[in-house]
Amino acid sequence: MSVAGATGWVGRSIRRLEDPALLAGRGRFTADLPAAHRVRFVRSDRAPGPIEEIAVPAGAMVITAADIRDIKPIRPMLHKFDYVPIGQPVLAAGRVRFVGEAVAAVVAPSEAQAEDVADAVEIRIGAGAPVIDAPAALAAGAPLVHDEVAGNVIVKGSVETPDFAAARAGAARLVRLTVRSRRQNAMPLEARAGHAAFDPASGRVTLTCSTQMPHLVRTAIADLIGMPEAQLRVVAPDVGGGFGQKMSLPPEYVLLVWLARKLQSSVAWNEDRRENLIAAFHSRDQHIELEGAFNRDAKLVALSADVIANIGAYSCFPTTCAVEPLMAMAELPGPYDVRAYRCTARGVLTHTCPMAPYRGVSRPVITFAIERLMDRAAAEFAIEPSEIRRRNLIDRFPYVSATGLTFDEATYVETMEIAVAAVDVPAFRARQKDARAQGRYLGIGLSTFSERTGYGTPAFAARGMEITPGWETVELAMDPSGFVEARIGASPHGQGLRTTLAQIIADEIGVVPQMIRVVHGDTDRTPYGFGTFASRSLVIAGGASLLAARKVRRKLAAIAGHLLEAAADDIVLEAGVAKVAGTDRSIPIETLARAAYHQLHRFKGEIEPGIAESATYDPPGTFSNACHVAIVEVDPETGLVTIERFVAAEDAGRIINPMIVDGQIHGGIAQGIGNALLEEIVYDPTGNVLTTTLADYLPPTVRDIPPIELHHLATMSEATVTRAKGVGEGGAIGAPAAVVNAINDALAPFGVEINEIPATPRRIRAALRAAEKRA
Amino acid sequence: MSGEIEIVLTINGRDHPVRVEPRRTLVDAIREDCGQTGTHIGCEHGVCGACTVLVDGAPVRSCLMFAVQAAGKAIRTVEGLASGEELSVLQRAFMEHHGLQCGFCTPGFLMLVTGVLEREPDIGDDDLIDVLASNLCRCTGYQNIVKAVRAAMQELRAK
Repeated sequence: MSVAGATGWVGRSIRRLEDPALLAGRGRFTADLPAAHRVRFVRSDRAPGPIEEIAVPAGAMVITAADIRDIKPIRPMLHKFDYVPIGQPVLAAGRVRFVGEAVAAVVAPSEAQAEDVADAVEIRIGAGAPVIDAPAALAAGAPLVHDEVAGNVIVKGSVETPDFAAARAGAARLVRLTVRSRRQNAMPLEARAGHAAFDPASGRVTLTCSTQMPHLVRTAIADLIGMPEAQLRVVAPDVGGGFGQKMSLPPEYVLLVWLARKLQSSVAWNEDRRENLIAAFHSRDQHIELEGAFNRDAKLVALSADVIANIGAYSCFPTTCAVEPLMAMAELPGPYDVRAYRCTARGVLTHTCPMAPYRGVSRPVITFAIERLMDRAAAEFAIEPSEIRRRNLIDRFPYVSATGLTFDEATYVETMEIAVAAVDVPAFRARQKDARAQGRYLGIGLSTFSERTGYGTPAFAARGMEITPGWETVELAMDPSGFVEARIGASPHGQGLRTTLAQIIADEIGVVPQMIRVVHGDTDRTPYGFGTFASRSLVIAGGASLLAARKVRRKLAAIAGHLLEAAADDIVLEAGVAKVAGTDRSIPIETLARAAYHQLHRFKGEIEPGIAESATYDPPGTFSNACHVAIVEVDPETGLVTIERFVAAEDAGRIINPMIVDGQIHGGIAQGIGNALLEEIVYDPTGNVLTTTLADYLPPTVRDIPPIELHHLATMSEATVTRAKGVGEGGAIGAPAAVVNAINDALAPFGVEINEIPATPRRIRAALRAAEKRA
Repeated sequence: MSGEIEIVLTINGRDHPVRVEPRRTLVDAIREDCGQTGTHIGCEHGVCGACTVLVDGAPVRSCLMFAVQAAGKAIRTVEGLASGEELSVLQRAFMEHHGLQCGFCTPGFLMLVTGVLEREPDIGDDDLIDVLASNLCRCTGYQNIVKAVRAAMQELRAK
């Protein structure tokens, strides 16, 4: 395979093809488009309750549920795990279920005017009893969020291996733990934005929007409005970050398309930050009860868990709200070899903003849970955290897990050894001891984890998903001048895929990446695909790119064979020319392209005209892995945590562009550190959101993120055609556990334990005060 | 709201005569009235810094300034950093060191650093990090932004 070619583009940190426009202020984001009409949503300021009255200022254009009876509710579907389908009206109909739910839409010529009108719209909402927390929603007699969902349990999965009870009974030690992840917001710096424009000539609507999945947005909106899908074009232009928040369908975009058709004009909505924090999707809100049963050698022999995910008031399209609890159930054992497993995972409705995937999806929380369990067990067995992991990590491949997942070859033990060697644990322990003697509290924390990436259709089908976003198609065409266009269904938004896919294709067909334009994010220009999320695009769209490029290579070789009077098998493509191997006979690739279009007579009917190939790739899935190590200092007086050092040793298979891979890991770790220490969406008991600005909801600044040291291994994946594994989410998955394990190590002398994220100064001080009281 | 006011906004050396309400923010005027959409809106609370522009040489959150306050002053935005197709030293450093991913926060960081380095070309590293802590980036974890800025400082000093 020429991807392996040492002289090729793959494996090089070439500069990104995306950058010049973005750096010059020539990026094109949704909010940059002018529109004839602006939309402002009026949102519920209390919930739940019946909508008793909507008073609208005279002369204003205000759309409510009564006006859009022809739009169906968003009703995502899952066919397993006792999932109860529920509908979300595009505008609240009859009652509101969470603070921030859109009740009305004001249409005006400018944003300022729309905001003025929205301020004058009065919505009277009757009394209702809110349930905010998942355990409260599970209590007997709790108010129902949806009448059709008994006990507020919208989805429930359970698994128990046959040997569970016996394995647990034979264990030497049981370690129990309750962990809690508070609610977070993916918080892309560009909030959501949509712009729908009606074309009077064709009757079509173009929806330009900040999304990770343009084709699914097209399908969903066409279905909900009842319009032919061909009448809708969805464009994702430059998108200012997504992290999962933009891989679910926002009801607001549906209304924009409906309005553009009704007004036969253009309408735009730019979400403001307050809306984004209260009404864009939330995530990570989970409680996990965990029990590890260990034998006398600290080997985990049985694991059990009860997972409760607070999924909010509605279910997100397309994945459904089941994604968090079910992924927790399937992947909680992480990279550990444990054969006996029992788990129950429930998704619970509450009167809060709907939950949706966010970078890592459940795994930051379950990794936090199992890594806390490992550290607690290590303490009880009085061994180093690295030692208990050494005894329990998977080290034979392929490994089929207790839940039936096949782990391809990875380096769980090796990455850990690299990371702990880098920080020199014995030296750290000596320093920690000295520091404690001086009243300073340092701690070290490990997090070893797997990152399931690039999984195809069967993995989604196994979850019972109605929509199984497994495959991607790439269409590759060379024009008569030799310039290449790769049209992809994936929809990158910062990952640098225009560059990395060009590197893969360039190696295969012998042209420079600058000769390859990757076209994405336009349903009129690209083949149907699912978009960019779940660390899938480099693996799946990259695999499809490679397969399509191989077809183009074969065609170019056939053409060159004719023109050079050689066998196609003897043709080598490199550095812009096709040459006959072992000779000095060659021909420029653009000459081949020209001939394929303009001189078909030269091929005796043996070559089809033009150069355009397509390939689809649907892989089984592959596991990346890493070990993160954090060293922190905790000030017991203030509860302030300072991260002194952060090391990550990772393995994502073949690396296409090292610079971009490092960037993905850096960004993920920073989000993980935010999740560990800072970021929390807070509801008061009445269901009101208290964190409505970025001064309340705290993404990390540069001051919060230490220099990150990276180490790489590259285990060539046997499960993917490029040998690459996905790398988008790992940073975010591992960091919270490493940081909080380090905090716990630092605070060990006080006998306190923090099992909740974010570990804010307030929580740390509360734990220390409670410990003082006990003492 | 009534009472629009005629003002001239001078952006990257070019005059834009506009009529704005007194309440119109500078960032809205730059983007919508003057069509310079390289400056982005991230929070409108003055926290994230995506909308940072230079007003008479000083970095300003353009979501916290009214357009009328900037009348007659020299406004610089990301569109003015390059000379023709030639990127500035800082822009080039961001590209070479992968200081951007989605690119949404990038114009704010570029203007922030451009403004600060023009005034304090020898700013100390700790102060530099303090300056960079003014703005939010959600993609890069800041590692390569710091690297890019340090590299640009070195190159500018060597000039």
